[in-house]
Amino acid sequence: MVNVTIDGIKTSVPDGSTILQAAQEVGIRIPTLCAHPDQSVKANCRVCVCEVEGNRLLQAACSQPVFEGMVVKTKSPKVIEARQTILELILSNHPQDCLNCIRNGNCELQDLAKEYCIRENPFEMKTRGLPKDFSTPAIFRDPNKCVLCRRCVETCSIVQGVGALGLLNRGHNAMVVPSMGQNLADSPCVMCGQCIHACPVGAIGEVEYIDQLIAAIADPDTIVVTQMAPAVRVAVGEEVGMEIGEMPMDKLVAALRQIGFDYVLHTNFTADLTILEEGNELLKRLTTGGKLPMFTSCSPGWINFCETYYPDLLENLSTCKSPQQMFGSLVKTYWADKMNIEPKKIFSVSIMPCTAKKFEASRPEMNSSGYQDVDIVLTTRELGRLLRMSGINFDKIEPSSFDSWMGAYTGAAVIFGASGGVMEAALRTVYEVVMKEELKDVNFTVTRGIQGIKEAEVDLNGTVVKVAIANGLANARKLMDQVRAGESPYHFIEIMACPGGCIGGGGQPITKSNLKREQRIAGIYVEDEQCAIRKSHENPEVKIIYEEFLKEPLGHKSHELLHTHYHAKNKKLI
Amino acid sequence: MAEEIRIVLRNYGKIDPLKIDDYLAIGGYEALIKARSMDREELIEEVKKSKLRGRGGAGFNCGQKWAFAYGAQADQKYVVCNADEGEPGTYKDRIIMENDPHTLLEGMAICGYAIGANKGYIYCRGEYPQVTQILNTAIAQAKEKDVLRDFDIEVKSGAGAYVCGEETALIESIEGNRGEPRIRPPFPPVSGLWQKPTIVNNVETFANVPVIVDKGADYYASIGAPAYPGTKVVTLTGDVNNKTFFEVPTNTTIREVIFQFGGGIPGDRKFKAVQIGGNSGAFISADLLDTPIAFDAMTSIGSALGSGAIFVLDETRDIVDVITRVAKFFEDESCGKCAPCREGTARMYELMEKLNSGQGSANDIVLLNKLGRVMSYSCLCGLGQAAPTPVLTTIERFSADYNAKLM
Ligand SMILES: Cc1cc2nc3c(=O)[nH]c(=O)nc-3n(C[C@H](O)[C@H](O)[C@H](O)COP(=O)(O)O)c2cc1C
Ligand code: SF4
Ligand code: SF4
Ligand code: SF4
Ligand code: FES
Repeated sequence: MVNVTIDGIKTSVPDGSTILQAAQEVGIRIPTLCAHPDQSVKANCRVCVCEVEGNRLLQAACSQPVFEGMVVKTKSPKVIEARQTILELILSNHPQDCLNCIRNGNCELQDLAKEYCIRENPFEMKTRGLPKDFSTPAIFRDPNKCVLCRRCVETCSIVQGVGALGLLNRGHNAMVVPSMGQNLADSPCVMCGQCIHACPVGAIGEVEYIDQLIAAIADPDTIVVTQMAPAVRVAVGEEVGMEIGEMPMDKLVAALRQIGFDYVLHTNFTADLTILEEGNELLKRLTTGGKLPMFTSCSPGWINFCETYYPDLLENLSTCKSPQQMFGSLVKTYWADKMNIEPKKIFSVSIMPCTAKKFEASRPEMNSSGYQDVDIVLTTRELGRLLRMSGINFDKIEPSSFDSWMGAYTGAAVIFGASGGVMEAALRTVYEVVMKEELKDVNFTVTRGIQGIKEAEVDLNGTVVKVAIANGLANARKLMDQVRAGESPYHFIEIMACPGGCIGGGGQPITKSNLKREQRIAGIYVEDEQCAIRKSHENPEVKIIYEEFLKEPLGHKSHELLHTHYHAKNKKLI
Repeated sequence: MAEEIRIVLRNYGKIDPLKIDDYLAIGGYEALIKARSMDREELIEEVKKSKLRGRGGAGFNCGQKWAFAYGAQADQKYVVCNADEGEPGTYKDRIIMENDPHTLLEGMAICGYAIGANKGYIYCRGEYPQVTQILNTAIAQAKEKDVLRDFDIEVKSGAGAYVCGEETALIESIEGNRGEPRIRPPFPPVSGLWQKPTIVNNVETFANVPVIVDKGADYYASIGAPAYPGTKVVTLTGDVNNKTFFEVPTNTTIREVIFQFGGGIPGDRKFKAVQIGGNSGAFISADLLDTPIAFDAMTSIGSALGSGAIFVLDETRDIVDVITRVAKFFEDESCGKCAPCREGTARMYELMEKLNSGQGSANDIVLLNKLGRVMSYSCLCGLGQAAPTPVLTTIERFSADYNAKLM
């Protein structure tokens, strides 16, 4: 332990603590901009500078370790002047665009400007005048707003192992750019959106489709149908001032109706369906000598990654579409039929925790209904905006329930939202299919949690099935390299592109720290416990769709509507 | 009357730099043999006792630095020579390497033995390809004669950026990364090149080492200023008669350097200012000319000896114009990593240009002062911290020049 004095308060903190950590211990908050709780120390914004007795230079609190007897001043006039000046410098090069910004009200730089009473900036406004990058249907970049904290660069290269972002030029011309200075669409970016969470400002964001939704709602001839992914409910409350997991499902359904959706269905329905298709695909591969290990295919960021970096392993991917796309093709066929609605009148909107899903919906092959299967994809954050725009009061709103035929779901679908959930859901079903006996305890807890790589074994009638789960693409890389080298011991691998799984998806409420992801994961398992049915094959509407329409898993109709194929992306990689 | 003393340039003009036999004939590599006969701690103690301090600008006690690296436990350690010499007006390292490359190799090898490193790098300024050739020839000859034994030296060509002279940016550059300073601590003697204990010393620092080993710490410590003993190679540029280099004891005054060694100002013009230490050096007015060039004396007048570049300005010079060009230099050379330097150097240049073109107001001077002050203690590395020095010192000491150009 080391004894330090911070603003006159004596304390003792563990060796190796930074001034920032020590100050936290005594309840003093030091402002930061480049610091990120789950990343390496950057110390490049210098907003956190403090005075250390005996040193003329101010020290960055986020990087400077404490030493015995250190005396720190975190808010002396010298410190305040320095922070204010640094903020003025940053702001004089930052578009004064807060009112139009996607991060208005949720921006670290805006907060700092407010805290430090930045009024009239003495420096002349001079922004970079660079073009915005709207080259992808999912993610945009506005390099003018970038404060060069480099958090996105670390996320993309270290957490996601993609390396689509890097630095170009020096000094005042330095910028963060997609690799090789091209636009995002040509870079190896997989559109996972994790960089959005890393960004303290509005320099990266999701491409919004709210206007298209409002236009569709306004059109009397259009029937607007929505599906909502399992990870949305647990997080969307954060957008309207609730605690994580607090949003009641029935009130959320009612709110969606208020926004103007004609029918409210659930992606959970096709999550359950995915388990039947994918579970049977696994069993088929296991028994007929198919390509193993089989990889899950419900995370479109992961699919992009596999197509970009592991095109040689595309045959290992399950051919199952993601639940979003299964839903998309069924809503304009099976459901339209059931409801007696002309498919061409249906505007299919999916609400997802994910940015990559926006890209997935735009893939040319995703039109097996004869139309574009999913018309637009909104993120949880966009849903939050819609809820606020619609002025919904959740204390007063009357609960409502999902519409029929594609609205029922089980606990197994709910847990798709967390890393390990698809695996657990599959095991719940595969076990009963193979063993022909009831699974006593449906909780496979080894598959749960935020750890990057998890593994498990299940004994199915003497056949030991080995499975692995990875979340975050840098972790996926580890498992893929093993497969590529022919050294993978596994039969089935679940990959989710985003850390923690979909609850940490790129479209979720801005998630700076992993702690939030863990809290959402907990919320997911609470919801699973509350479900009366917790095994996908027991979903009553799933039973009906097989009886009446699909006939059998992996059958002809399934093949046509629920399965897909993959393409190597052939991108230039560095 | 001060006199030149040649320690680091002791062989200048006396040997053919491309012939190791010349160097050996006048006692070259004997200091290395002597050092290797000494106990490592004893050797480091001797260097410490000589009070040799870094000649690259920061003035850190050389033996002390070596002791840190010696004390660090590691399977591999490195010796790096900083020959980036990016400071405008400085060419003393080139003079040393061109005329006596083996002195540098010997100094590095002694350091290698002292700290337990068997690998050395010379990071040589990219604009010095001829020096790289000379160094490579010298290394080949030393290998042939086996004087370095298991100590291997490799020359790396610099990336052409001024900031790569900063030791941690230099390390990044050798590793093949963007040349940007690292956060310190850890300092290189603890964790440097490839995270291994690393000594980074300037060319001139290393060139002093064989003499210290050969003649003893006491001899060395007795030369020049007691707290910063030895000599300093200074390079004179600007409005001075002898635009050349001299090696002078460190207690020599600025006045002696300019008026005695430098032969004074050409024509009948009067002295106006002198900038010492390169582009980031303070501007010194006539009243401070009797200050010795030694590190601490310079620090006490708000200056830095730096690399030993001495740029003299006569009365006809327009200080505001000179500073505007200096500010442009730093705008160009900021690496862009930290906000106050990245944005601040650009703003500093912008404000200087405004003043220089007669568009500035007294408020701009106030703003420049605040900006410079904040940068000087908030930036991540020495570049951003020192960049405002010329601005701040001239606003203070040559305010008339600024006032004359106000709108
Ligand atoms: C921007 C900047 C540029 C520098 N350039 C050089 C250089 O060209 N040569 C040099 O020896 N030291 C340079 N230094 C100092 C080095 O960081 C380091 O202090 C020095 O190499 C240590 O060697 P010494 O102890 O022998 O002086 C520079 C420092 C800064 C901040
Ligand atoms: S969306 Fe994902 S892959 Fe693309 S730049 Fe951001 S972090 Fe990297
Ligand atoms: S885009 Fe955002 S996260 Fe990336 S460097 Fe710029 S400000 Fe930081
Ligand atoms: S002070 Fe300047 S050169 Fe040094 S790290 Fe900051 S931006 Fe780079
Ligand atoms: S938060 Fe410490 S330098 Fe950015």
